[in-house]
Amino acid sequence: MINRLTRNVLMTPFLIWAGLFIFIPLVYIIWFGVTDKAGNFSLDNMAMIFEKGFWNALTLSVWLAFVSTVVCLILAYPLCLILTERQRDNTTIISLLFILPLWMNSLLSTMAWQTILEGNGIINQFMRLFDLPALQMINTEGAIVVGMVYNYLPYMVLPLFITLSKIDRSILEAAHDLGANSWQTFYRVILPLSLPGAVSGITMVFIPALTTFVISAMLGGGKLLLIGNIIEQEFTFQYDWHLGCALSVILMIFIILNMLLTAAFDPIKEEEKD
Amino acid sequence: MKLKFLVLLLVGLLAMSVTGCGGEQGGKDGESNEVYVYSWGDYIDYETLKSFENATGIHVVFDEFDTNESMYPRVAEGAVHYDVICPSDYMIHKMISNGLLRPLDFSKLPNAKEYIGEEFYKQSETFDPGNKYSVPYCWGTVGIIYDKTKVTEPVDSWNILWNEKYAGQILMQDSARDSMMVPLKLMGKSMNETDKEVLNQAQEMLIQQKPLVQAYVIDEVKEKMINSEATLAVVYSGEALIILQENPNMAFAIPKEGTNLWIDSWVITKDAKNVENAHKFIDFMCRPDVAVMNFDYLGYSTPNKAVKDLETNEEIKNSPIAFPSPETYKNQETFKYLGNDMDEYYNSLWMKIKVNN
Repeated sequence: MINRLTRNVLMTPFLIWAGLFIFIPLVYIIWFGVTDKAGNFSLDNMAMIFEKGFWNALTLSVWLAFVSTVVCLILAYPLCLILTERQRDNTTIISLLFILPLWMNSLLSTMAWQTILEGNGIINQFMRLFDLPALQMINTEGAIVVGMVYNYLPYMVLPLFITLSKIDRSILEAAHDLGANSWQTFYRVILPLSLPGAVSGITMVFIPALTTFVISAMLGGGKLLLIGNIIEQEFTFQYDWHLGCALSVILMIFIILNMLLTAAFDPIKEEEKD
Repeated sequence: MKLKFLVLLLVGLLAMSVTGCGGEQGGKDGESNEVYVYSWGDYIDYETLKSFENATGIHVVFDEFDTNESMYPRVAEGAVHYDVICPSDYMIHKMISNGLLRPLDFSKLPNAKEYIGEEFYKQSETFDPGNKYSVPYCWGTVGIIYDKTKVTEPVDSWNILWNEKYAGQILMQDSARDSMMVPLKLMGKSMNETDKEVLNQAQEMLIQQKPLVQAYVIDEVKEKMINSEATLAVVYSGEALIILQENPNMAFAIPKEGTNLWIDSWVITKDAKNVENAHKFIDFMCRPDVAVMNFDYLGYSTPNKAVKDLETNEEIKNSPIAFPSPETYKNQETFKYLGNDMDEYYNSLWMKIKVNN
């Protein structure tokens, strides 16, 4: 009984926090999303996703978030494998290099990418030095993907690195003893065991990439609108909170879909069921 | 039990926050030696606020907004009470239409009557019929800033922004009305057009133009043009002045089809608590020596007739951008509020342009 009481007391600060800053705002957003300006129940704002080209923005957002996630995974996985292989050596410096970008304000690093990719930017000045034609990089989908990958790569590296380094070396030795070559060991042992890390990495990259508006605003030049930019405009410029909330709710549905999808691949769940 | 405790705590917290706010405001209401001013960020020489405080003993509480659109809901919903605001033309029109402003008492504004140019009051009639609500503070035009080293033909028309030679080298304004103004003027229509057929045509022109556009920009335009990131850009005259000072390769032109003559003016809110002080503040801002300070600080053209004579910097004094000749602003239009439905129509047209790939 006392145990339970202390537990409740200890939980209270977070419950208050969650209630005030997570639950109540969420209810507000959903409420605004399903009402019109007069306060009547209406799904018109939800249906707006099919108008004004909002659907284009949503599919573009999903596509760019998907590409960024895949690029992050391709970059992070081999790196984490190498890092864990060398775990007995000093890997602190290498892993520090990957966490370092997180210490810097993401706005600043995105601005730095602007300077790198611009028409008169660093890359193009370099090209000009060798009389090569200038490249149009800024304000393209590619620029947005670069910005997303740069900002979110650490979120892929960290969970992957942690799960990979937790794999018991004796399991790998056992695989070798039982005649598996290194490819088979990777494919049948390491890969399945690292899936939980990959799954959380994918979620942690995909969701912020899907909802971002800063990166697309800064590297897309206002020509490429993601769903995050449209929501931001509805709130700050058009001042249509109902539409903004309705679009946010739709975005949430996509995030939940993504989480369900990744959870389906999560082997941890199955273990828990046993 | 747990739930009850939580609810009680929540209610307690809410009550605290509510009384906290109320107490603070209550304390300020009674006093009359304050004035609450809400203006654009970095849109005033802060020294003038100090001299106002010294001259009148009225304490200025100064808040800033970054767009008309972000200012409007805060004032409309009365979340905070401001006495004096400095919105732009069409927004003043909207605030008048929605009954958010208080008619000015010009007997308390002798400087505003004497020094603000007649033509600016006349131009203000577009959005403030009868000049009842507003005193012009800054004004300017919108034009094309271009790189003299790259543009070979004369820049005298908006149609240069559709010239394929400059593909990827054009910067447009990232706002519905500012962007629509360009094709509307090119078609010889009013920038306050409400005929949907005409507006759809203007939208079609902007969609055709989009592949040539490098980016839709707001404040970034200054930095981009200073660094020669683009060849042509649609800019406000105040921004043009800064760009020209920093980058000698640039030149500024106002297209012959006409442009937007914008005016930002002082207004007093309906709910103002310190009406007397608000009048004093506005009138102080119209005093020639104060107007010069603000002009030197901002670089935006001033409607104050006395400023040009008091300006000591010869270069600025003779700049046709800082002090345009009357021909520049004759027969120019100013934005007015077209009503909520029309606003939404403009915005939806603009949104479609932006998501069109």
